[in-house]
Parts: sequence; C-alpha cells; structure tokens
Amino acid sequence: MSRIAAFIFRRKGRNGWHWTDIVTWIWLVGGLLIMFGPAVWLVGSSFKSPAALAEFPPTILPYVTQKATVEGYDKPLDLYDATLPDGSKAVLAEVRRIGVISQMVDPEKPGEIIKVNISQRTPVRTMAFATTNYTEPFTQFDFVRYLWNSVFVTVTATLITLVVNSMAAFALSKYEFRGRTFAMLLILATLMVPLSVIMVPLYSIVSALGLFNNLWGVILPTVATPTGVFILRQYMLTIPDELIDAARMDKASEWQIYWRIVLPLTAPALAVLAIFSVVWRWNDFLWPLIVLSRKELYTLQVGLSIYSGELNVQWHFILAMTVVTMIPVVLVFIFLQRFITTGIAGTGLK
Amino acid sequence: MKAETPRPAGSGFGEAIMVPVRLAMGLVDAPLRWVQRRLGIGGMAAFFLLPNMLIFGIFVLLPFFINFAYSMTGGTALFLDDRTFVGTDQYARLFDCSNYIDPNSCTEDTFWTAVGNTAWFVVLQVTLMILFSLITALILNRELMARSFWRAVFFFPVLLSPVVVGLIWKWILQRQGLLNFALYGFGFEPYTWLNDRNWAFAAAVGVSIWAHMGFYTLILLAGLQAIPKDLYEAAEMDGTRPARAFWRITLPLLMPNLLVVIVLVLIRAVQIFDEVYVLTGGGPGTSTLYLTQYIYETGFATQLRNPGLAAAASILMGMVLVVLTLIQLGLGRSSEKKGSRK
Amino acid sequence: MGHIKLTNVIKSFGAIDVLHGINLEINDGEFVVFVGPSGCGKSTLLRTIAGLEKPTGGDLAIDGKVVNDVAAADRGLAMVFQSYALYPHMSVRQNLAFGLENTRMPQAEIAERIAEAARMLEIEPYLDRRPGQLSGGQRQRVAIGRAIVRRPVAFLLDEPLSNLDAELRGSTRAELAALHARLSATMIYVTHDQVEAMTLADRIVVLRAGRIEQIGTPLELYNRPANRFVAGFIGSPHMNFLEGAVEAVHPQKAVATLVGGHRLEFPVAGATIETGSRITLGVRPQHISLGSGENSIPAKIRLVEALGSETVLHADVAGQKILVVAPGQHDLSPGLDISLSLSTAPIHLFNEKGLRL
Repeated sequence: MSRIAAFIFRRKGRNGWHWTDIVTWIWLVGGLLIMFGPAVWLVGSSFKSPAALAEFPPTILPYVTQKATVEGYDKPLDLYDATLPDGSKAVLAEVRRIGVISQMVDPEKPGEIIKVNISQRTPVRTMAFATTNYTEPFTQFDFVRYLWNSVFVTVTATLITLVVNSMAAFALSKYEFRGRTFAMLLILATLMVPLSVIMVPLYSIVSALGLFNNLWGVILPTVATPTGVFILRQYMLTIPDELIDAARMDKASEWQIYWRIVLPLTAPALAVLAIFSVVWRWNDFLWPLIVLSRKELYTLQVGLSIYSGELNVQWHFILAMTVVTMIPVVLVFIFLQRFITTGIAGTGLK
Repeated sequence: MKAETPRPAGSGFGEAIMVPVRLAMGLVDAPLRWVQRRLGIGGMAAFFLLPNMLIFGIFVLLPFFINFAYSMTGGTALFLDDRTFVGTDQYARLFDCSNYIDPNSCTEDTFWTAVGNTAWFVVLQVTLMILFSLITALILNRELMARSFWRAVFFFPVLLSPVVVGLIWKWILQRQGLLNFALYGFGFEPYTWLNDRNWAFAAAVGVSIWAHMGFYTLILLAGLQAIPKDLYEAAEMDGTRPARAFWRITLPLLMPNLLVVIVLVLIRAVQIFDEVYVLTGGGPGTSTLYLTQYIYETGFATQLRNPGLAAAASILMGMVLVVLTLIQLGLGRSSEKKGSRK
Repeated sequence: MGHIKLTNVIKSFGAIDVLHGINLEINDGEFVVFVGPSGCGKSTLLRTIAGLEKPTGGDLAIDGKVVNDVAAADRGLAMVFQSYALYPHMSVRQNLAFGLENTRMPQAEIAERIAEAARMLEIEPYLDRRPGQLSGGQRQRVAIGRAIVRRPVAFLLDEPLSNLDAELRGSTRAELAALHARLSATMIYVTHDQVEAMTLADRIVVLRAGRIEQIGTPLELYNRPANRFVAGFIGSPHMNFLEGAVEAVHPQKAVATLVGGHRLEFPVAGATIETGSRITLGVRPQHISLGSGENSIPAKIRLVEALGSETVLHADVAGQKILVVAPGQHDLSPGLDISLSLSTAPIHLFNEKGLRL
C-alpha cells in the first residue's frame, strides 16, 4: 500500500510535502466526490424500488428487505435477524408489531409466535435491482417515442449541420469573392443573437412555416451554427491551395473538390463538430419545449422535465429515465473525451 | 499539412457506409457541373454558401428584425399581420414603476424581480465560477499523476444536459436526499432546501457552477499550458519565490484567456434558464425566476400571455448581450494579435 | 500538339501589376524554362497559362485557339506543383486515377495508363501506398506520373525540384531531361535556379518584375546576355561588373578608365561607343587569369576559397569587388596584392541603362 501511495503522491524533482500539495489533493479528491458523486448517486438510486427511495437514511446501493411466504399468512412477511430472549440468534418473519414488541414466527415452524423487542431485530436485506423502473416507462409510458424523437432530432440535425456548415466553410476558406468579409461578419453577428433573445419571433416564423409541433421545427433553426463554420473554416485554411489547383487541373468539378478532396481532409474537424453537435442537440431543452406541445413529439429532455414537474412525482421512473438520457453523453465522454477537450482548447468555443 | 497516419485502404465497415454516400454525391455531381458552367468557378462559392445563409437568414436574422416590430405590438395573436400596433407601450409598461428601487411598485413587478434576481445571480455565479475554475486550472497545471483523468473528472458535468443536471440535484436536495443524509450524520435535521428562498437561490448558483465549471477550467488550463516553461525556470534561476512568479508571470500571461472566460461566463449567466427551471421552476415564489424564464413564460406559458411584452423584454436583454459579445470579440482579437506577435 | 502563344498578357492582383504585357511563343515539343528571382512573376505566368489565374488582359492561345475563357481542366494541360499537391488521403494509384476518372475514361484504359506511367517512373512498388508513406523523391515521381497519365498537350512544372536535397535534385534533373526526350511533349518549367535552367532548357525565358528580359537558348544567354540583369543572373559564380568611363575609342578597341583610375583596353567588336560615356565592363570569373601582362589590373585579395579543383578568389580592385575562379590550387592568402590579367577574356559591354552595347 505504502508503495502505491508513494507512487501516486510522488512529486517530480522535489521531496517532502509543501502546503500546496495538500491543498491540491484535497481539491482533487473533493472534486472527484462532488463531480462524480451525484451521478453515481443517481444511478444507484435509479435501481431502487419506490419503498427503498422513501427510506431515510438512504443507502447507496438498492437494498430491499427480504420477504418470505409463511404458511397461514396471506402476504409475504418481512424477514429479520432477531436475537431471541435466550440469547440465541435466528431468522424470523414479522407478523405484526405492537409498540416496541414485534410478534414473529419462525418460517419453518409457523404455528409458534415469538415476541421480540424491536431493538433486538434487524431486517434481512438483500440487493435487488428494480429493473422495472427502466422497463415500465418504456412499455407503459411514451418513453420509447421520446427516445426515438431524441435520436431522430440528434442524428438528422447533426448530419445537416455537417453538410451545411462544411459547405459554407469551404466557400469561406477556399474562394475569393466579393462579399466574403460581409458573409463572415454576418455569421459572426449571429453569435450575438442567442435563442433566448429571439424565441418569441422565431416561434411565429416556425409556426408560419408549418413547423410547429413538428420535429423539423426543432431541427432546422439549430443546424447553421457559427461555431461549426468557424471550426471547419479554421481547419480548411490549413489545406494547401495547391491541392485545390491540382484537382482543378485534374478536371474535378468544384463539387467534387468539396466532397472528394476537402471533406476527407477535414475529417478530424468534422469529427469534433459532429461530437459537439450530438451533445448539443441531445441536450437541447428550451427550444423543443416551445415548439413541441403534443406529447407524442416530446424529446427525452422535454418529456423528462414535464413528468418531473407533475404533482405526484414518480421519482423511481424519473431517475431511471434520467439515467437513460445521460447514457449517450456518458458514452461520448468516455470514448471521445479527447476530441472534445482538444476541440475546446483549440477553438475556445462551445 | 497534418501528418498523415497510414491506414490500410478500405476498412470493411467504413467502406460499406461510404457506398451510398458516394452514390448520392456522385448523382449530385452531374447537375452541379451544369450549375458550375452557368455560374463559373467563382459563382460556385455562392452556391456553397447558400444553404447556410438561407438558414441563418430565416431562423436568426429574420426573427432578429421581426423582434423589434413584435415588441411594438399588443394582443395575443401569433402572426405579426394580425397584431395591433401599440408603439412603445410595451416598453412603457416594463418601465412603469412608481418607485424605481422597489420592484413591487412596478406594473410588471415580475420583470423587475427577474432582472434583480438575474443581476444577483450574475454577480455571484460569475465571481465564484471564475474563482473555482481558476483554482482548478492551476491545480491541474501542476505536475500531477494522471492529469488527463483529473481533467476529465472536472469536465464530466459539462456534457450533461440541463434537464439531467436539474433532476440530479433536485433529487439530492430533496427531503430524503443525499445532502440531508450527509448532514444527518453530523446531527442536523432533514431540511427541504429548495423550499427556502435563500437556499434555492444558492442552489441555483451552485448547480450552474457545478455544471459548467469544467468548460472554463479547460480553457484556462490551455492558457496556462501555453505559458512557456522556461519562463518559470528563468524566474527560479533569478530566485523568484513561487507566489511572486504567480502574480508576475502566470497571471499577466493568462490575462487574455481570463478576460475571454469572464465575458463568456457573463454572457451565459445572463441567459441562465434550463437547469434552474428544472431544479426549482423559478420558485419558491419568484426567488429563482430569471430573465429567460420571464420571457419564456410571458411569451408562451401563462394564461395571460403577452408576446409583445416578451419581445420587448428580450430586446432589452439582447442589448446587454450584444455589448458583452462585442467586448468578447474585441478581447479575442486583441489576444490573437498578441499571440501572433510572439 | 503543344503550341502555346501569349500575346501581350497582363495580370494584376488588385492595384498590383504582376505581369506587364508578356509576348511569348512556345513551339510544340519545346522545353522552355522560366527563370528569374522570386517575385518576378514566373509562377503567375505559369498559372495563367494553366488557367488557374485569369489574365487581366491579352490573349493566350493553345494550338491556335484562344483559351482565355476555357477552364483549367479543359485546356489539356497537366501541372506538377512545387509541393507536389498529392491528395494525402488517396493511394498513389488513386492519385493517378483521379484525373482520368473525372474524364469518364473506361477503367481498363485507366489501369493501362497507370501501369505504363508507373513502369516509366519506377514507382510500381508504391502504387498502393499513400503519399505520406513515400520519400520526397518518390512523391516527386508520383506528381510527375499524375501529369503523364493525362497525356497532356503540355506539361507545366512549377519548381518541381526545389523540395529535394541537392544530390537527388541532380539525378532527377537528368531523369527529367530523359523524360522530355522520350515524351517529346512541350514542357514549361519554372525555377529560380539558373543551373536547372541552363541544363534543362531548349530555350530560357528570363523574367524580372513581370517583364521578359531575354529569351534565348542557354548558350545565347550565357554568351550574349541582352542586359546587365541577364548577365548577372546566368552563370555561376555571377559575372563581375567593373564601372568606368570611356577614355578613347579606336577602330578595333577602346580604352576605359575604371573607377579608381586603372586603365583597361577592351575589344569593341562593332559596338558604337562614345568617348566620355559611362560604361560597365562585364567579365566572367572563369575568364580572368592570374598574372601580369599587357591588359592587367592590380587587386588585393580579400578571401580565398580553395575548392581543390579550382580556387575562388574574392578580390578588390580599387573599391570594386571582383571574383576570380582560377583552375587548380594556388598558395595565396588574404591581404596579398596580385595582378589580374584580362587579356584573353571575352568582355561584355553595357551602357548606363544596363543594356548591351
């Protein structure tokens, strides 16, 4: 152990502990608990039955009290580890509780009632994953639809984003034309007009186009992102112009130059934008909330927030669906984190 | 040119996916060659720019300009044609207060409550966000074991959706939640935090910092790592103490990044909505009601909706954002210049 | 067929004029080299011929047809770029095939042409590699191969050897010459290296600041440079220029007083020279010999570069620098006063404007 500790806490070139080292490790370990803790807690809770959720103090893992069917009793009875008055221990089932006295029976010998003080017994608990938390929202509520809507919106919007923005970036990086600066400034200016500023008129435009209560109404306003154009343009500027000239001499049409030469060479930047776009569109909330008012069109985010806002919140379902909503993003995080961090560090944009 | 990693030509699955794409792109090519003959090579630039410009035009620029007209109209009708022109009445209504210090004296008292809440939120959140992300970036910039792991730890919540963030914390802060459990261990009684005006506000600030801190940490960390190591070595040779090195080397060289981050945080704090809306719904009462939620509810949600008033409020918010964005672009440009001068 | 004719071609980028009225005729099968210092417009001229730049004025005709408005792809030319411009995401084979596929050529013929070019350039083993996996010399061959498979009416080569190391550059130069002999196609070659120009060209076009200074065979340029610029540019080390004034003119020869007072006799050879006019005498370093004699000038040695087979002397003639290449090895050291003989040297005469007399 001490060697492992020495390895972990080893500091290059210096011996001994400085106060900053202590602060560093407190900060990091605290960060680990605060940043990951809530998500771990969420996942653990999502497997608990409603009864286990209502327990206080709560447990991290989903435990339930074991039950046994005892002859002569209709309902399954809770099992307890009990210390009998004579000092011996046994697993007994509780029939009823009167004050501090619990009336218990041995499941093997159901006829005989044993009285035990409640302080002398502890419930027999086993881990049980309430997978119905996951299956029921899909089978009995509309969550399959929501999931499908979210996937459709995310995939379609990302594909269109890639095509539309890479075309614009190609025009802005590889052509000289009048109005290029103007076009750049126009795209830059749209950074200043976030959704929260234009949602009222945008709603009327989307409605006028017949896209209210339509998933395309969610998709189209998001696909032309200035960030996307800038990431791709920046990358395309590093492609040598001689390559484009060579392709022109090779009788390639401009469209061919775009998709056979420039697009393949922009693949790393396209990957970054694709990842960003998937995360953005999957997480979108306010705009879908405005455009979609019919239940069967909700995305996961909207569906979740609507359900969680209802009066008697069914937390066990909400928690499970929150986990489902989190899964794609966590997968992106695990497998593609490197792309994202370099993407952000490189462009300073989100 | 980037170094190219050798790949065996034609890896099965990727090639299979590419077949329909190739076909589609090839089919598009023939008509586009015709277009190219009509437009010329230069004209093709316009063709490539067109889809993007159309979408920007319809879904960003058009609403941007319509917004001004919208804010000059009244009633609940959706389309501009059907709405009655009321001039600057909506703005007058927003600013109709008998006592400008007390939001309750205004006709639109919720607007001023939202403005006040947002202002408070911005001050607190931006200060703490910068503080926390700067400290984290400085710590991650030290010589650490498994730095990319620790960076990932702090970055993780950034990817979570606001709804998920809101629900996670709503679950933790509720009466039977994790926080009460942890405090119970120290002998505190369970408390419904989100029903308390002040605690709800604090939760809104804290949760939004939790969710976004990793992003700014990353930008600051990139800035720190761009500072040449030999500067510190030179300082060490000069006998400079670490604290002095921080104030005289790290901070000045990080300043361009730090300024950009501050403005970015500001811009996003002013627009705060999603995660707080899910967490508290703006409550209890109006204690966590912020501007975007006010605009959303005035424009869409309430029975007495008044899109004109929402548009007017959104224009006021937009003005603040335009100023902040211009500052950010200016800062970005000047830091770029500094970078290229090296 | 690769006859290219430029008539008064002008090119400007905005307010900056890069080419000022270029007139040039290139015959079928000719190897023409554009040479000049960087920024002289030689690359722009090539790109204008290629169709990658549109001329601002003038006419460009290929095989008698004006092609000003014909797109680059349809002029039937092929280009080899300085950076090779190979598509990094395609294999060598795909690089060669790309241009042919764009003309909807049948697959069988494409394969045949690639095989032929690969054999000619000895790049067969690399056909399935990507450019990133090839050495500089191999990439260069692929770039030439991409031009060859097109069977163009003319090859345009933009400093194709400048990214190779010195040794490879020499051998590739020889191969290019052999290739030209074999294909007997028109080649237009841009370089700033006058050695490449001298060794490869049928005709050299010397450009400066967007104007043609002289067109001629390598030896014409070497022996009869039209002006001081061409004289200085062609030949290595560059020609020595001695400033002076004409003192006396005789029927066959004239006498000049150099700056610094030394007198020098030189043959006139039909040139009209006026007594008292300022004149520049050009002498190649190889034509100056060590030793006194009737037409000699004193000089002071500044630097000695012993190369073994020859010795390069940097010397000073009354403030004017002079370079001498003496064959063999000489035991000389800086500071020494020597005498340089110009008695057998061909002397080039230039007037005040730098034009040949």
